[in-house]
Amino acid sequence: MQGTRRQAANSPTILQRMFVQLERFSARADVTKAVYSAAVAFFLFIVISPAIAGIVAQFLMLPSLTLTAEVAARMRAAVAWSFVIGLTVSSLDVVAGIPLAWLIVRRSGHAVTVLDSLADIPFVIPTVALGFSILEFWSTPGGISTVFGSGGLVAPGTLLIMLLHFAFSYPVIVRVMVGEFLNYRETYEVAARTLGASAFTAVRTVTLPILRPAVLAAFLLALARSLSETGATIVVAGAFENGTVFIKNVRDAGLTAAVVTASLVLIAASLVVFALIKIISPKLRVAPLRIWPSLERKLSSRPVIISRNALSLLVFFIFILLPCLFIAFPAIEAVASGTVAEAIAGVGPWKTFWSSMLLSYVVALLATLVNIVSGLPVAVLIARNRFGQRATKVVDALVDLPIIVPSLALGVSLSFFWGNMGALPEFWVLVLAHTTITYSYFVRAMAASIQGIAPELEETARTLGARPLRVFRKITLPLTKYSLLSGAILVFTRSVDETGATFAVSKALKTAPVLLVDWIRGTVHVTASERALGVGFLVVTSFLALVVLRLITLRRQTRRH
Amino acid sequence: MDRLSFEIENGEYLCVLGPTGSGKTTLLRLIAGLLNADEGTICFDGKPVNDIGPHARNAVYVPQQYALFPHLTVMENVAFGPLARGKSEKEALEIAMKNLETVRLAWRAQSFPNELSGGMQQRVALARGLASGAGLLLLDEPLGALDARLRLDLRHRLREIVKQSGMTAIHVTHDRDEAMSVADQIMVLKGGRLLDHGVPHRVYSRPTGIFVANLIGGASFLEGIVDATTDAASVVRLRGGLRIKAPPALHMLDEPIILGVRREQVRISDRNPELANVLEGEIREVRFLGDSREYLIRLTNGDIIASRHYSEGPEPRFSAGDKVVVEFEEGDVLVFEYPTQGLRKELEMA
Amino acid sequence: MPKLDVVSVTKNYGNIRALDNISLHVKDREYVCILGPSGCGKSTLIKCIAGIDQPDHGEILIDGRPVQKVPIEDRRIGYVFQDIALFPHMTVKDNLSYGLAVRHTGSEEITTVTNEMLDLINMRERSRSFPRELSGGAQQKVAVGRAIATGSHLFLLDEPLGALDALVRAELRYDLRRLASDLGLTIIHVTHDQEEALSIADKVVVMKRGSIVEVGKPSEIYHSPKSLFTENFVGETNLLEGKVAGTQGNLCSVEIGTRKVNVSGKGRKVGERVIVAVRPEVIPISPHSEEGGGGWKGTIKQAAFLGSTNRYVVDIEGLELVVHVSSNVEKEFQVGEIVDVFVREGAHMLLFDYPKEGLEKEIALE
Repeated sequence: MQGTRRQAANSPTILQRMFVQLERFSARADVTKAVYSAAVAFFLFIVISPAIAGIVAQFLMLPSLTLTAEVAARMRAAVAWSFVIGLTVSSLDVVAGIPLAWLIVRRSGHAVTVLDSLADIPFVIPTVALGFSILEFWSTPGGISTVFGSGGLVAPGTLLIMLLHFAFSYPVIVRVMVGEFLNYRETYEVAARTLGASAFTAVRTVTLPILRPAVLAAFLLALARSLSETGATIVVAGAFENGTVFIKNVRDAGLTAAVVTASLVLIAASLVVFALIKIISPKLRVAPLRIWPSLERKLSSRPVIISRNALSLLVFFIFILLPCLFIAFPAIEAVASGTVAEAIAGVGPWKTFWSSMLLSYVVALLATLVNIVSGLPVAVLIARNRFGQRATKVVDALVDLPIIVPSLALGVSLSFFWGNMGALPEFWVLVLAHTTITYSYFVRAMAASIQGIAPELEETARTLGARPLRVFRKITLPLTKYSLLSGAILVFTRSVDETGATFAVSKALKTAPVLLVDWIRGTVHVTASERALGVGFLVVTSFLALVVLRLITLRRQTRRH
Repeated sequence: MDRLSFEIENGEYLCVLGPTGSGKTTLLRLIAGLLNADEGTICFDGKPVNDIGPHARNAVYVPQQYALFPHLTVMENVAFGPLARGKSEKEALEIAMKNLETVRLAWRAQSFPNELSGGMQQRVALARGLASGAGLLLLDEPLGALDARLRLDLRHRLREIVKQSGMTAIHVTHDRDEAMSVADQIMVLKGGRLLDHGVPHRVYSRPTGIFVANLIGGASFLEGIVDATTDAASVVRLRGGLRIKAPPALHMLDEPIILGVRREQVRISDRNPELANVLEGEIREVRFLGDSREYLIRLTNGDIIASRHYSEGPEPRFSAGDKVVVEFEEGDVLVFEYPTQGLRKELEMA
Repeated sequence: MPKLDVVSVTKNYGNIRALDNISLHVKDREYVCILGPSGCGKSTLIKCIAGIDQPDHGEILIDGRPVQKVPIEDRRIGYVFQDIALFPHMTVKDNLSYGLAVRHTGSEEITTVTNEMLDLINMRERSRSFPRELSGGAQQKVAVGRAIATGSHLFLLDEPLGALDALVRAELRYDLRRLASDLGLTIIHVTHDQEEALSIADKVVVMKRGSIVEVGKPSEIYHSPKSLFTENFVGETNLLEGKVAGTQGNLCSVEIGTRKVNVSGKGRKVGERVIVAVRPEVIPISPHSEEGGGGWKGTIKQAAFLGSTNRYVVDIEGLELVVHVSSNVEKEFQVGEIVDVFVREGAHMLLFDYPKEGLEKEIALE
């Protein structure tokens, strides 16, 4: 008996033998090239080309399209407003978000960890739910206006849209900046202070300029989010129209010409604006040092710092946290009023609700899986410059494309492409659309994480005799597994969140947030408590995702120590 | 890397010496297979390996920061090589344990790299390289991350362990003392080019150029013109008419040249001078280096020459301002062509 | 003109005592090197002096005035960082003038001083370059210039030559020393390199695990250190364990294995365990001759040519001695040769108490 057991411990299992074969495979240059090429091909042909082809097709259609003067004017105004709102809100977010990120990184203690988690909340609440919550908070008599005793403080329209966009782009800035501050070499700042600079001067003249690329990247992300968002914006827009609201409206009205034109204009304008910002800002020379020592000294004093922190916290609570959490009230009311039982039973409107939820999650799951499998090789490619400098740069630029282009407009192009392609069922077009939109998030997260692993680790492993697959399994993957999981969760929640592309692509199928937009706007009649409850369900499931994400990232931090 | 060619014997301990940016790391990575050469071949045991990937090359690379796998224990780190090359788990652990015992770290087998001190991490990295079963060990500044005093202690131990294992080693460093004390052969690189290659003795006593002479042992350099030369000796005229007897400087009559004299070969005479070259001067500076003192002497013509005295004891024999006589052997003088870019540029590190 | 007083400073990081009751006095224009292995607290000490960290106990006085409550920017201390820390987004010129720009300095004065600095460090032609375009040595010069430009007279240098090649370090350290003398600066220079400290310091402070082990002039530290740790740290040495066999006036007769040496040492008791320290460069060595002449017979176990010296490890019946001989002598020994080494009485040997915690722990570097 013992003899056989000992022998079993020495001879490889079937799984091990399979891995050994695969490892031998991976050592062959042609095999690795094939895997990478397949992934890149998938990216180019399934993710990017349909979008580009659709855009091109629309472009070619342009001369034959006619818009009435009135519709054209509406369109121009709407698109312009999209950018006005986007740029304003993003700038305000940068100004408001940086002090909070600073506070989180430079201070310590329980309160700060709590703050850190709270700052994520708008991230995790699906934007439709956020729109609903903000609508209730600012513009209904039951919200903040109870304090003032009037009926609704901010009516649906431009201002409400800005409050909404300010809220959901805020955590983007905070997250990016917290990450940057954590990686920042504080020595630079300390050096400035030993040279006589007050804290304020040191941060202004040294830290922030060094972090300028990160601030810019955060700004652009916030801008992209603002330009792209559809569902929640519709909820709070009232009669006002920005770009995405306009497209939705004319689509509902059946004005295809306007839909096509507007989406093209929106795409073109986005690309131009992003390109301009990306090209111009590195060239902006850091202005010659103008320092006002006595003023900046006073700005470094404790009272000023305390009031600055108080102000950031106040802005955070009033404009971000409360409006987000406000949704709890109507939801709790709804639970209290006993509609839960009906909801679960699937009675009435709940039948469609649950099938929409199912649809949302299935689409999200498929999109996530496809992204992981096809995105991982591309992430490795970008992180390690495997295919040479130029090719990598091109792929790198293209990966950002789906983020820059507003998802609604992207959806229009995609439905154009697949529609003309023939009989691809709507479900699959939906899956592809969601895959395209979320592709970037995963690839960027993985690429950053892989880049964070010192190349020497993988190189040494190779010289120790490990073939590429083994290096990946034993070194790269264990060291990035947390990023893989959080990247996957990011993609998943983003897909569940998505409204714009869904509006554009599917006529019959409605994902959960799309359905809720109808519920909130009244296009489908439901009671107030049913509405609140539906939103509540959506929030709860997303919240669970946040908890998992937090647990994963917390575990990584404790492991590091 | 610029048309580099060299050979290394089985079991040899080669040190590659050179300033930062001279291509030492590039060289190691080329040999390891982590970089591809644009031209030329690399052969292991006579067989070209240009097309063979790093995992199959029989050379293991130990980078400067050790690259210990942070998520694996010390034991798992050391066993990684054998496992990757197909050994069973049991065999791999045995090999790992054996090598950990060689570096005296078997007692930390279950620790993680970040729990170890710098010196210990270095030993684990070494053990991992030894355990890999490769024939060639490529060490990139293996002691670079350690304190000066620790480096002094560990360098001999490092050579001992490598020699015992029977592996061939290429040890890259920018520290001349380290290279001289552990190398069978030394190779000097600068700007990607091979400047010299030989046993420490030869590189020291007959360096191929000014840069090598300065790098290996240091010297005082004097500018002069060849007044006369035979095939037995030459006479060089320095600034201000001072004459130095030097080895032959054939084909350089009336040409400007550079003379190099090693500090330890310059004596400050306290009795009658007996060596071939005798010069007068004044002590300009005294430098205490622990086991020795360095005197900077200003000769009557303004040139500065350095003299290094060992084991003088607590009190220096001479002080700044003293008038002294320095002497050195004719045969100890190194003769170099005048460098085209000038002396300063020639001596530059980059 | 600054003089610095560190009085009973203690600093804890959690459970670790980084600084343990440190007291130090630095005179005006003195060049002090703080020498010790990694983790001994030397960087923590200068961070406390600069105000980057706050001590838990004790006082720091500059020119007699306590500075605990004074923020970093007002202490007027020049600081050069280990990782150089030049502002990457500013040119050499802007880096140099930063310290002036942040204090009410007129633009004319800024230009004058900046140009002075550029000439001082010999970098006029590279004034518009960015740090990433410069070599390590050049970057370090700019970092030093940047600190000097502020007009401070007290400087803290944290391993200023650490990032440089060995040969560049050996040359630049003398430039640094000369600069300090020319400008009349008071310098505290932290390093782990004993040769660096011995060659340029007026005073060397040896630290180990948060405490000051010893303070003295370089020659004192090397030739007559008071502690075993210092003896071992500032250069290679032979530490021989032995027992006091007899005393006579100032001399002790010490038994080392089967051999005896006479070393100067007062107040020792017979039977006491001691360590005899003798430096490799003071041990004469010659081919073995039957007459002996008082030498110890041994075999060459290791031989290395170091350029200016030869290093031998001699095996004397189990006892290992390291011997350094100038390479300028006629005879070079090979491994296996039988030799005589002479461990003679004289000032070249030192006597130390046998350390309570054991020899290895006492001299441990990490």
